[in-house]
Amino acid sequence: MTDTTTLESIRNTVESHDVVLFMKGTPLFPQCGFSSLVSRVLQHMGVEYHSVNVLEDMDVREGIKVYSDWPTIPQLYVKGEFIGGCDIVKEMFETGELKALLDDKGIEAA
Amino acid sequence: MTETRRRIEDKLKAALAPAQLEIIDDSASHAGHAGARPGGESHFTVDIVSEAFAGKSRIARHRLVNQALSEELAGPVHALVIRARAPGE
Repeated sequence: MTDTTTLESIRNTVESHDVVLFMKGTPLFPQCGFSSLVSRVLQHMGVEYHSVNVLEDMDVREGIKVYSDWPTIPQLYVKGEFIGGCDIVKEMFETGELKALLDDKGIEAA
Repeated sequence: MTETRRRIEDKLKAALAPAQLEIIDDSASHAGHAGARPGGESHFTVDIVSEAFAGKSRIARHRLVNQALSEELAGPVHALVIRARAPGE
């Protein structure tokens, strides 16, 4: 069960950083190909992001699925808004929509 | 056809009446990785064309697929790659 404390803590994380990636592992040591892909896209774009390793906290790992009503990880958030998982981020990167979205939200890509 | 794959097919057909549906079992390429199961059938790609996606955002399309397969995603299916298009896209 996901309690409100976990959801509040997730909300706090998502709202305290412009770009947040919930992933399995870390950007340096990703533990899943899908998580690795999204973190590499962000790095490639030169976007600064906060990453949360869900494997370190079972409450967050389950809670993030409830928070966004989305059953899989990774999950990308920009300015508090859920953007999508690996397939969506990959498609948006390829079409240039991700860059447009970040520009639109005033987030600098180096 | 294997069982999980057939259930995915049945549920997507019932929920979204796809004009085109391809289900690929990617499990073999993930063998040995966390989440892979000895019997396979853990990693799938779904390529689906349905009228139900017309005018909907990517997130909304994925949600429709995820909802149709909620039992599988909570159970044997560890990863699902989704390509969801409306006819003509």
